[in-house]
Amino acid sequence: MKRAGLVWCICVLVALGAAGCGEKAPSTIRVGVIAELTGDMPAVGESCKKAAQLAVKEMNDTGGVQVGDTRYKVELFIEDNAGKADQSASAAQKLITQQKVLAIIGPNATRYAIPASEIAEGSKVLLITPWSTNPKTTVDARTGAPKKYVFRACFTDPFQGRVLARFAMDGLKARKAAVLYDVASDYNKGIAEFFKATFEQNGGKVVAFETYTTNDRDFSAQLTKIKKAEPDVVFLPNYYSEVPLQIQQARRLAIKAPFLGSDSWGSRELITLCGNDCEGCYFSTHYAPDAAAPAARRFIQAFKTAYGGMPDDVAALTYDSFGLFRQAVSEAGTIDRQAVRDALAKIEKYEGVTGDMQFREGSSDPVKSAVVLRIKDGSFVYFANAHP
Amino acid sequence: MSYLLQQVLNALQLGSIYALIALGYTMVYGILTMINFAHGDLFMVGAFLCFLSVVFLKLPFVPTLLASMVGTALLGVTIERLAYKPLRQAPRVSAIITALGVGLFLENFTLALSPYPKHIPSFVPDISWMLGDVSISLLQIVVIACSLVLMVLLDLMVRRTMTGMAMRAISWDKTTAPLMGVPVDLIISMTFAIGTGLGGVAGVLYGLAYPVIDPYMGIMVGWKAFISAVVGGIGNIRGAMIGGYILGAVEILVVAFLPSTYRDFVAFGLLLVLLVFRPHGILGKPTVQKV
Repeated sequence: MKRAGLVWCICVLVALGAAGCGEKAPSTIRVGVIAELTGDMPAVGESCKKAAQLAVKEMNDTGGVQVGDTRYKVELFIEDNAGKADQSASAAQKLITQQKVLAIIGPNATRYAIPASEIAEGSKVLLITPWSTNPKTTVDARTGAPKKYVFRACFTDPFQGRVLARFAMDGLKARKAAVLYDVASDYNKGIAEFFKATFEQNGGKVVAFETYTTNDRDFSAQLTKIKKAEPDVVFLPNYYSEVPLQIQQARRLAIKAPFLGSDSWGSRELITLCGNDCEGCYFSTHYAPDAAAPAARRFIQAFKTAYGGMPDDVAALTYDSFGLFRQAVSEAGTIDRQAVRDALAKIEKYEGVTGDMQFREGSSDPVKSAVVLRIKDGSFVYFANAHP
Repeated sequence: MSYLLQQVLNALQLGSIYALIALGYTMVYGILTMINFAHGDLFMVGAFLCFLSVVFLKLPFVPTLLASMVGTALLGVTIERLAYKPLRQAPRVSAIITALGVGLFLENFTLALSPYPKHIPSFVPDISWMLGDVSISLLQIVVIACSLVLMVLLDLMVRRTMTGMAMRAISWDKTTAPLMGVPVDLIISMTFAIGTGLGGVAGVLYGLAYPVIDPYMGIMVGWKAFISAVVGGIGNIRGAMIGGYILGAVEILVVAFLPSTYRDFVAFGLLLVLLVFRPHGILGKPTVQKV
């Protein structure tokens, strides 16, 4: 009798559970964001999160996104990848299976974007990375073919490496360059190699090509070696928490050459951590807030009103990612993962806050211009444009 | 020649920091036969205490050093009393797991309070001198000098004072020492205090030399210092000092003369080879298990 009672209870519970699990028609558009909120680059994650929240608020304030004949509000789910590759992957998994998002925006840094993009590709969910510039993010590592579900809102490093190498030769008149980069991180390694290739192709000589591992703090040995090689410019394509240490240690060793950076320098935290040592350095990035087009100026104003500070490149690119997503959803006409992906793949041209993006022949990497900024009086100042 | 001298200076600076942290590992092992895996994170707490004293209390160098040393020492003693003392009779594994747990707790607690990497404004004037082609900064001199002075003081204390003798007695024979009137709990607490205090000083010197600190900075440095302690002979204080300088020297000189990508590979390879031929470390004594 007792056993029968137990079986009955279990049956009731299962029935209740099954009844609760009905497939309801979605009433909102669910978007996931994976950002580096803690870990080694929290400023990047913070910018991404703020821009995402601003973008979603703007969409919802106008009543939502028009899809077919219904207006859907957007629901945002933000996950922290804690600056770890495995957590990026598990965050993607959680957003796809538990929160059942329509698309994922993020992660930003290449070494976290790649694991998440593999999960998205495997689950056939659209992923747009705002800031990852290394080509590997949109290429399937096993087959070498482009991924179908992973897109980006920024330019790629072969282009950026060329821009920087040409700037070093023409703008800084350098013939000998030294590079110090993180060998354990895809982005740093990739762009260091692209830079070296272009620099040497154009007749320059890379006199020192030194490496370190992520989380290293002492660069004195590598910098002493670089000093011995007497370069005209030192290229440091590293993230904003490492560059200040590298520049300070270099200055202490009396290295007089100017320093050149890449888009990983774009965060304002770089200036906070670097102080005066970064004065006069140049770096390439995605947009210049002080030389912005009217569409960009509206975004910058909205960001300043909402949060008080200027948006950096990560914020601008995240905003553009949401813009791309919104256009894709509207053009798809339905809230279906595959339809939205297909609609995004059809977009040929998009005018964003960070400039014009051209997606050629269904490629998921836009062709865009870069800007070179200079650090002057403790802020980023527009210096030059570089077109593809 | 000046290139070599510059690299030697770099090695001395790095080695001093490894040596100070290695001392903490070795002292605790010597007295309790337990590896305090939380020591790297105590070093990180020392660096954060340095940040707090420089930024909020605006203290100059020596008071910052003392504040950090005392703060970390107190934390070390508290951890010892709360986490390790109850496990003194427990299997070794339990103590190790607890140590790892304490380390994780410290990392995540600091992460919760300070998720962003922090910058420590310089609290020692940024002067350097050029001796020919070699650049020597005040910073390097401060780091190397502080470490050497503290190491000499520690060595004197262990060899010439009653407390030091008590420490050596306990590490020699833990059961008989209390029978001879040695206050074991007190001496163990003092050992922890001194060991972690030195870790705190290392945190300050590290914050001085590499002024960007974050909650996970203690992990890699802690492991390297632990390896230095093992290479020098774990449990032996002079061994820890030597081990620290050896690891610093190997890391820097490998980069100086080989492509820098080989650094970790060659450095740890050499240490592995050393341990194969001398498993108890350079100054360690081979321990015989008497049944």
